[in-house]
Amino acid sequence: MFLIGVDEMVHEWALAESIADYIERELSKKGKKNIAKIVIKLGILQSIDKEILDFALKEIIKSRDYRVGEIVYEDEEVILKCRRCGYEWRINPSQLDEAIREAIHFVPEAVYSYFKCPRCGSRDFEIVRGRGVSIKEIILGDNNE
Amino acid sequence: MSDPRLLVIPKRLAGVKKIYPIMSSKGGVGKTIISTLLALTSSSLGCKTGLLDLDFTNPSTHIVLGVNPWEQEIIEEKGIIPQLVHGIKYLSITIFTRENPTPMRGEAVVNAFRELLAITQWGELDSLFIDTPPGISDEHLELLTYLGDKLEVVIVATPSPLAIKSVERLAEILLEGNYKIAGLVENMSDKPKLQKLAENLRIDYLGNIPYVKDIDEKIGNIELLRKTPIWEKVLEIVNRLLGNK
Ligand SMILES: Nc1ncnc2c1ncn2[C@@H]1O[C@H](COP(=O)(O)OP(=O)(O)OP(=O)(O)O)[C@@H](O)[C@H]1O
Ligand SMILES: [Mg+2]
Ligand SMILES: [Zn+2]
Repeated sequence: MFLIGVDEMVHEWALAESIADYIERELSKKGKKNIAKIVIKLGILQSIDKEILDFALKEIIKSRDYRVGEIVYEDEEVILKCRRCGYEWRINPSQLDEAIREAIHFVPEAVYSYFKCPRCGSRDFEIVRGRGVSIKEIILGDNNE
Repeated sequence: MSDPRLLVIPKRLAGVKKIYPIMSSKGGVGKTIISTLLALTSSSLGCKTGLLDLDFTNPSTHIVLGVNPWEQEIIEEKGIIPQLVHGIKYLSITIFTRENPTPMRGEAVVNAFRELLAITQWGELDSLFIDTPPGISDEHLELLTYLGDKLEVVIVATPSPLAIKSVERLAEILLEGNYKIAGLVENMSDKPKLQKLAENLRIDYLGNIPYVKDIDEKIGNIELLRKTPIWEKVLEIVNRLLGNK
């Protein structure tokens, strides 16, 4: 088993493709053919459609010459922190206006155009957690599984 | 390279033959207007053309084009399809940020860059022109580092004595890194004055664009822009750039 700290990224199909590419590269680095389990963290800021992502990822993996056993998704809540005054707050994208949610879905950095620190009004804040998708864990399987 | 997005970005641009970032060491020299007109004139020659606005904190190509990108529906097709504006494939971050101020630190700029390029399906293009912020910032470094082999940088400068040193510095950084420079465009200049500079740097001199007093009244209206000497000059430049001479 090994852990990788992967940064956040894209959405659904484009995202699934980059996850599949990533797995492929990790496997070839380790000289393996199969993954027993992968844990994918989904930051809720990006409002990823889990079903589409899962479908896309499985479809793409079918066309590759490696196998993946279990795929697990974990939601991660969004925490923002103001760099100016240190205030930390949470936002819940499901409560946002549809158009804004969609914009943030495509490019989470759009959050800087729609949010300010509720305490001091600064837009210089940090997305501490929950931006997008990252791979938390990959557990390698047997080559002849 | 632990970022999965970096693996798909080259694939998204696989159908694009040439990528021309428009760069300058100084601000306000005309990159935005020139990159937009380069795209429009290239398209008018029948080439499949794209325009990407990479100036995240001050996106403004849509103002030259006279459109509000956020009013168009986003078309999703395993990623997003650029908008079609006056015959060119167009992408600006304003589809997502509208006219809101969007101050971003380096890390956020890098994320926005990778996200946008990883989800955008450009398809087949002869040329993709990219408007960029002044100087060398994270947007440029991302471009150079991850798309370096397809890039040909167009440098824009005005003939001010203050510009010379900074053009030299920019060219030096690019040449040291073995990046291709498509050439130098001299803007707001009635006579060519930077030919010698280009010659010394061993880069192509692409031409001079005259100062046009009332250009600001024509920004946003393609039909009016088409009748200006700026358009005419950019058309000559694009012909040279695309090898039609
Ligand atoms: N040839 C020209 N004649 C007259 N005015 C010009 C010419 N080229 C550009 N301008 C004007 O100069 C100003 C700056 O142009 P533009 O925004 O294209 O520069 P820029 O290099 O993109 O600036 P920035 O570095 O801020 O992104 C604009 O008002 C534009 O209309
Ligand atoms: Mg500009
Ligand atoms: Zn604050």
